[in-house]
Amino acid sequence: MSEMNDRIIFEDVSKFYGEVLGVNRVSLSIPPGITTLVGPNGSGKTTLMNLMTGLVQPSSGKISVLGFTPDNADEFFRVVGYCTQFDSFPRGLTGWDFLFDGLTLYGMSEPEAFRLAGEAIERVRLGDAAGRKIAGYSKGMRQKIRLAQAIAHHPRVLVLDEPLNGLDPMARAESLALFEELGRQGMHLVISSHILDEVDRISDRVVLITGGYLVAEGNIHQVRQEVRDKPMQVLIRCDNPELLASKMFAVNHCVEARLHGDGRGIFLRTRDLDQFYTLLNGIAAEGLVRIEAVAPADDDTSAIYNYLIGSDGSAS
Amino acid sequence: MMATKPSSLATRVKEQPWGLWWLQARRLTRIEVRRNLLSWRATWIYFLAFIPALIIFIHAVFDSHARLQMTDDSDVLAGIVQFYYIRLGIFFGCLGIYSRLIRGEMIERSLHYYLLAPVRREILLLSKFAAGSISAVALFGTAIVLDFILMYGPFGSVGYDYVFNGPGLGQLEAYLAIVTLGCLGYGAVFLLFSILFRNPMPAALLLLGWEAINPVLPSLLQRISVASYLRHLMPFTVPGDGIFALLTVETEPVPGWAAAVGLLVLIAVVLSYSCYRIRRLEIRYTTE
Repeated sequence: MSEMNDRIIFEDVSKFYGEVLGVNRVSLSIPPGITTLVGPNGSGKTTLMNLMTGLVQPSSGKISVLGFTPDNADEFFRVVGYCTQFDSFPRGLTGWDFLFDGLTLYGMSEPEAFRLAGEAIERVRLGDAAGRKIAGYSKGMRQKIRLAQAIAHHPRVLVLDEPLNGLDPMARAESLALFEELGRQGMHLVISSHILDEVDRISDRVVLITGGYLVAEGNIHQVRQEVRDKPMQVLIRCDNPELLASKMFAVNHCVEARLHGDGRGIFLRTRDLDQFYTLLNGIAAEGLVRIEAVAPADDDTSAIYNYLIGSDGSAS
Repeated sequence: MMATKPSSLATRVKEQPWGLWWLQARRLTRIEVRRNLLSWRATWIYFLAFIPALIIFIHAVFDSHARLQMTDDSDVLAGIVQFYYIRLGIFFGCLGIYSRLIRGEMIERSLHYYLLAPVRREILLLSKFAAGSISAVALFGTAIVLDFILMYGPFGSVGYDYVFNGPGLGQLEAYLAIVTLGCLGYGAVFLLFSILFRNPMPAALLLLGWEAINPVLPSLLQRISVASYLRHLMPFTVPGDGIFALLTVETEPVPGWAAAVGLLVLIAVVLSYSCYRIRRLEIRYTTE
């Protein structure tokens, strides 16, 4: 299989809604695994997902998903499943009807559609509720039936727009475990979410977007490297955090220190990680402070998001 | 190279998954008929279809049915078809049925489920058209048959003779053909409106006006009208007395088969354009 046929590719894609910018000149190549789209409301995450699945068409540029384009719906939607953010359904259907009707359109036999609908309901743990009208579902159950609909036909690419919205903590954990399992199976998962801490744990890479512009993309740690000029926070567990802080502040690349809540560690923010570690090694060698553990404290999607985009959604 | 082009086109056409498309179309049509035909939301359309039957029923119960009166009643039935069903009943009924198929699902924000299925959008559109047509023809066809039974039933054996040994059955066939072609014609137009316009009602009212003035337009423009074709299929001309005279314009006679073919061509053109438009349709519910 060529690399082209194993990736989701955006080539210089722009989308304008009249004079309003959706996304601008986005180029991406997404390999298998779990990719998280991160950005504030209105940043273009849903537009990217809708472009990927043909619900909207690019004003310019090209998009292909594993070598397929949405123009060829017969083939495209056999490999792609999309759980949109639209919390709405055709009227009067039960969860079961909703899944079964959709599956029959794939051209499979009715017994096969029956089997796959049952399997999807089991996977999202909807249980007996599948036989009830969707109109009576809770928000979490509606989210689950939409997820079931997106995965029922065993797609190779699963696009999930805010899939954790409305789920209780237990259901969120179950969904994340399911996403992780699907990612391990070699599927492409493209997820947008505001619950960054949870999604971050299972993501292989991140795409940061704001105002319709791609800000950064790649492995979370790689993206962090791209923002080396931003202060990076490190947690140091030690027996004398106050002394450590005073030593570290002797150099000018340390810009902030904050004592850990239990008094047995300190968060230090530095502009030069290499020098920081050199200095820390020296202090440890002197034996003035006994260092128990050192770990990056903001090498996650949420921190990178705040660095690059800021809490107000404006790219820095 | 030039010589191989026609055969490669033929091969490509043959290679298309026609079997799959046919299966998808059948299943989509079945789903749409099930979801839309028996719905409380369609109550007003049932009312449009069956209100003449109610009036004829009252007439059947309270009025006398002398043999001579049957000619008058045949004229009344023809008038109901020509002036009520074609101009109003089928027109607004089809507006309700067909414009819901795309626009209604946009308003309810559920159309994207179909657009995310492995179904060509042309198949989706044509299946929705088929489902709307089955619903509309079943509804208005039943209404016409009921009108017919209620109109001639009270005449007893005389009515039976008129229907089965006279011109009655031929008239019923003509009315059913008119209803079917009327539903297909208006259905195709309203399905297109529901793709083109956020609110199809203003365009539908313009069409209503166009249909009303169409008989006085030049013959070329008359061809862009559903009602003008249907008029030529009427089994006999309704006398233009009184108020009917305002709605009746004598036009050049056209053979029934030519009118039917003309209308089918018009439907094919409208559906082809709808197929082209639905390929470019975007889901932007926030602007609905």
